[in-house]
Amino acid sequence: MIRLKVNGSEKAFDGDPQMPLLWYLRDELGLYGAKYGCGVGLCGACTVHIGGRATRSCITTMSAASGAEVTTIEGISQKGLHPVQKSWIRLNVPQCGYCQAGQIMQAIALLDSNRRPTDDDIDKAMAGNICRCGTYQRIRAAIKAAAEERA
Amino acid sequence: MNTISNVSRRAFLRGVFSAGALVLGVSLAPETLLAEADNRSKGDPRGAVFQPNVFVAIEPDGTVRIVAHRSEMGTGIRTSLPLVLADELDADWDRVKIDQAIGDPRYGSQDTDGSRSIRGFFDTMRECGATARIMLLTAAARQWNVPQSECEARLHTIVHLPTGRKLGYGELATAASSLPVPPRSDLRFKPSAKWRYIGKWIPGYDLRDICEGKPVFGMDARVDGMLYASVEHPPVLGGRVKSVDDKAALSVPGVRKTVAIAPFTPPCGFQPLGGIAVVADNTWAAFQGRQKLNIEWDNGPNESYDSEKYKQELRATSRQPGKVMRSAGDVDAVFAKGGRIVEAEYYVPLLAHASMEPPVAVADFRGDRVTVWTPTQDPQAVQETIAGLMGINPENVTCHVTLLGGAFGRKSKPDYAVEAAMLSKAVGRPVKVVWSREDDIRFDYYNSVAAMYLKAALDGKGRPIAWLQRSTFPPISSLFEIDAVYGGPGHLGQGWTDIPFDIANLRVENGAARAHIRIGWLRSVANIYHAFAVQSFADELAHASGRDPLEYVLDLIGPPRIVNLEGVRYPNYGASYQQYPIDTGRLRRVLEIAAEKSGWARRKNGGGTGWGLAVHRSFVTYVATVVQVEVDDKGQIRIPRVDTAVDAGTVVDPQFVKAQFEGAAVFGTAVARTGEISVSKGAVEQANFFDYPLPRIAEAPYQTNVYIVESEAPPGGVGEPGVPPFVPALCNAVYAATGIRVRDLPLAKVNLASRKAA
Ligand code: FES
Ligand code: FES
Repeated sequence: MIRLKVNGSEKAFDGDPQMPLLWYLRDELGLYGAKYGCGVGLCGACTVHIGGRATRSCITTMSAASGAEVTTIEGISQKGLHPVQKSWIRLNVPQCGYCQAGQIMQAIALLDSNRRPTDDDIDKAMAGNICRCGTYQRIRAAIKAAAEERA
Repeated sequence: MNTISNVSRRAFLRGVFSAGALVLGVSLAPETLLAEADNRSKGDPRGAVFQPNVFVAIEPDGTVRIVAHRSEMGTGIRTSLPLVLADELDADWDRVKIDQAIGDPRYGSQDTDGSRSIRGFFDTMRECGATARIMLLTAAARQWNVPQSECEARLHTIVHLPTGRKLGYGELATAASSLPVPPRSDLRFKPSAKWRYIGKWIPGYDLRDICEGKPVFGMDARVDGMLYASVEHPPVLGGRVKSVDDKAALSVPGVRKTVAIAPFTPPCGFQPLGGIAVVADNTWAAFQGRQKLNIEWDNGPNESYDSEKYKQELRATSRQPGKVMRSAGDVDAVFAKGGRIVEAEYYVPLLAHASMEPPVAVADFRGDRVTVWTPTQDPQAVQETIAGLMGINPENVTCHVTLLGGAFGRKSKPDYAVEAAMLSKAVGRPVKVVWSREDDIRFDYYNSVAAMYLKAALDGKGRPIAWLQRSTFPPISSLFEIDAVYGGPGHLGQGWTDIPFDIANLRVENGAARAHIRIGWLRSVANIYHAFAVQSFADELAHASGRDPLEYVLDLIGPPRIVNLEGVRYPNYGASYQQYPIDTGRLRRVLEIAAEKSGWARRKNGGGTGWGLAVHRSFVTYVATVVQVEVDDKGQIRIPRVDTAVDAGTVVDPQFVKAQFEGAAVFGTAVARTGEISVSKGAVEQANFFDYPLPRIAEAPYQTNVYIVESEAPPGGVGEPGVPPFVPALCNAVYAATGIRVRDLPLAKVNLASRKAA
């Protein structure tokens, strides 16, 4: 039996320990915020936080997530809009929106560890998150705006 | 022509709206629909439809419900079309609720492609809004027993001007619902100065939900009791299963069953590819089971398809005389005289859509009915294709349209939804079919590979006296006709037969090519390769003549005029040429604006820095783009700045328009830098983002500035037209930076480190 915490609540899982956390969240728990985009850690659509760190849930097995504290975009939204979400809305970042939960989770983790990220910092931190609609320019602006808000 | 009717009673009977709601429907007459059927050899049955369908309802509680009948894939259409109606109705946007329409031929075509939703439905939405407003005015005037001319609509209320009395829309809905629809001649539209929403930034209807991770994409659709499926398709188009051993697959925990999906009957059209499906308790188990399948394939005749060999064939065809699509003067006579002749060949490979959400669908088959939830650009194609292949009535197929996690043309084809329906029937439970990223890349409907040959004879100033261009590509119509080898007028009209240059001797040709893979529509389609060839060649000629590309291209375009396309089969994106002609004045203007805003006159080329420009009209919108590029010693590219000027006529929501052009610059970067699907032994060689890479944040243009030309012209498209000029502008910039002329895409295959000293 694998035990873990998802968005603050205790969960137990006794299926295939090799199953990626992403499919557990989506198919078993019905938490659809984290998305499937590539399944191999190349796009960031599935990004969640484990112990506050941005993590690709598509390549994190359930056994690796044992004992973890997992936060998904739903968990972030439970507490009202996060400053990153607010600046995402203000700058009208999303197009189709499919990648955006992953982008937002990655950006929150970035700002938690770096209050004033430079362009270079942003390039590095966000390099794993693809947006096929091409919203990068607004993502960059929204991260900077959120950083300013918090400063 | 649209006819608006009062369907309040009927809608109430159907239980959709509350009693007493004012509900208006629109029936769309055949002409408009038939015009849209261009490029489709489907024998579209949508013509004979006269029944109205609901577009707007005003509930007694004051809620205004507007139906979005087009698919939302990130362009904002689900917001901007209802916004047009709400504006004309003078509704309070905060009290508007949007209902996503299911597939239903009574909406007319719902196929959300071709950048034409605003163009096609702007007037309909306005008429609906104005009609509802007048009915509310009439209801109020009657209630007060005053002349209607003394009343005015003001943000969800009707006001009696002399006395200041007010009645809310909700309070008037029931009275209005028993009124007849006013004749069209009574409709008075708001002047544009009074528009409340059109032309302003209104946040997308789904914006906040998206940022909270709430909305339902196709990938997030769920029905009780559903199983999950993943399909192993034949690696080669037209292949079949020779034998299958599924023992190991069935032993994977959570796997329930394997189901064979029959191979398609050619032509492939929108049919599923066939193969073996693994049905399981969750997506992961289905994926795992698939890996354990042991299948022997009969690959069929397309096994000999090799993209490198095919490229040489296309090139060879392009060097030979082709089918003449447009001709003026006598090109051959000029070429025969000799003088300065320039020739060049260009090549663009197959491209994949790779929307972030791969194809996915949930279907529930019961008795002779199917209900589908899927991210589709064309819910009626889902209905028709499922009905046709499963022998049921299209009315018995209900297609719910979820949000689309990107689409770019891929999700106009419903093959994946058909798979879900077939599998649901086979297992007797609802089934969700999930395509992996690998499935998406390997089994796409690719943007066509194309080879172009261009030749010009120049006068003493370097201006062309004669211009010949020939394009060869396997046509999209090959999906529907096995023997199709020539491009249709629609795709040849995408930047080829409509070349807007002022050249006395001009010939446009098309060579024959047979398809061995599924070819489809991808964001701006044939414009991608045609604009690349034409705008690269123009830049080459400018340099060959020692002239400034800006001044040279303006000279090629010539004086402001309407391009005469008499005798050319030119569908003009389904729009009337009278209403939407090719206006070289508008073309010149966007180029001048982009050049001026970018600071073109002050540019410094060489030493690894370069500027390039291109201008192109597509989807009846005019776009010019200036790209600045930096190429380092290792040949790595950075794009610090892009300036794009857009004349799309009347613009509903400038924020959405800007976003579309910012996105198009990134999409164009992907096409130019790394876009290539290659094929060996009939099978696609790429699989995921490691070998079909997309630009990441540092590789995308750092800053794209979009300038929207103020215009009262009727609205044009905005989703696609940003892509075509971007690609040649970038390659022209690379030339300015390095002296290396890129004629074969993608750039990733060109060694830019060997740049010539500036
Ligand atoms: S789905 Fe996890 S990185 Fe792409
Ligand atoms: S918003 Fe569509 S993929 Fe990023």
